Amino acid sequence: MCLAVPGRVVEVYEEDGLRMARVDFAGVRLRVCLETLPEAEVGAWLLVHAGVALQRLDADAAEAGLALLAEAAAAGAGAGAEEP
Amino acid sequence: MRFVEEYRDPRLVRALAEEIQGRATRAWTIMEVCGGQTHSIVQHGLDELVAPAVSLLHGPGCPVCVTPLETLDLALAIAEGSDAILCSFGDMLRVPGSKHDLLTARARGGDVRVVYGPLDAARLAGRTPGRPVVFLAVGFETTAPAVAVAARFARRQRLENFFLLVSHVRVPPALEAIAGAPGARVDAFLAAGHVCTVMGTAEYEPIAARHGLPIVATGFEPVDILEGIALAVARLEAGEAGVDIQYRRAVRPGGNPAARALIDEVFEQADRPWRGIGVVPGGGLALRAPYRALDAATAFARLAPSQAPREPASCRAGDVLRGAIRPPECAEFGRGCTPERPLGAPMVSSEGACAAYWNRFGAEARP
Repeated sequence: MCLAVPGRVVEVYEEDGLRMARVDFAGVRLRVCLETLPEAEVGAWLLVHAGVALQRLDADAAEAGLALLAEAAAAGAGAGAEEP
Repeated sequence: MRFVEEYRDPRLVRALAEEIQGRATRAWTIMEVCGGQTHSIVQHGLDELVAPAVSLLHGPGCPVCVTPLETLDLALAIAEGSDAILCSFGDMLRVPGSKHDLLTARARGGDVRVVYGPLDAARLAGRTPGRPVVFLAVGFETTAPAVAVAARFARRQRLENFFLLVSHVRVPPALEAIAGAPGARVDAFLAAGHVCTVMGTAEYEPIAARHGLPIVATGFEPVDILEGIALAVARLEAGEAGVDIQYRRAVRPGGNPAARALIDEVFEQADRPWRGIGVVPGGGLALRAPYRALDAATAFARLAPSQAPREPASCRAGDVLRGAIRPPECAEFGRGCTPERPLGAPMVSSEGACAAYWNRFGAEARP
């Protein structure tokens, strides 16, 4: 039920007094309410749940985290492990 | 899909499992409190990858499962005993009420509709003036902003036929109840990633401090979950309590301020019964005064069943939800209780722990 899906904003518009967006989910375009993330702009990656944007996804944090994990994996088990 | 596939990389999964096994000097018990995580853990066999260093317990991470029988019975009564359109997330339709489920109510002529989100239900009310539309509002903090948006929309549009049957629950009080229960055996928690996406992590700090626990806001993919476990084990091995964020691409310490403001505008904290667990102090959300005209429990009070419903005696959903047992330890699992003939909600909700074990092992699941 708490499933949320990443998608990219392709259009921002107003409808019935609500800030809305058309969001592309791997080729499927759905309308998403931006009242929870009013500053989201075209091109932003969002996490969407039940038709509402929960948060902007942080691509830099994602890449940095994955790079650290890959480094630790390459260094071998037990060595180079990330500290909290 | 970007932000998802990368977190299923088998190399990273193996490395993290080895790190956890190498680092643990004793067996730790870690509880995840999100049904999405439970399903990921069981489906991918992550519990087997981290054993025996870490034993994973599944907590009450399924909002559908903890929705009280009384609420479900009222939803059924509204669908069958009024001209209302009852809108719900699809996940609720097969959850057993006292007599039957919403799918049966629909088969008997009740107007039960599945919606993508609560705003769709509010818009439906706008298109059907004169006919009540009731949205069955269940969920954790993840879902509360979507319900708040619909409530505010209905109020601003002066929709007089839109109602919310609210059974919204809050996760931190449930963690507090589990950590503080006599004989508690949880060494650390993985906090639900999308709950923290909305709310941030501040509410978990006092729980971590009070019970001396690591709590890690964790995502849903195999790499996320194993990294969350690795962070918890690092804290446990260092003898530290505290809150960490594994799910950094989606969780900021302050959560989503606009979403939190919306929740605060529409809801206030309230004591709420959790099905299988009992009343959790501060464990839920109730509509604030300006929004109480939307309360379906008041508007349809005349339909509320007069007798308190009784759970099937042999169903151990409460023990499963508290993490006291794993689903296959229930004598009814796969025998008296299957997805076709469920005794309890965890067997049919897509986030239920019993469904997770059934999907992976079928009736052959062993404790």
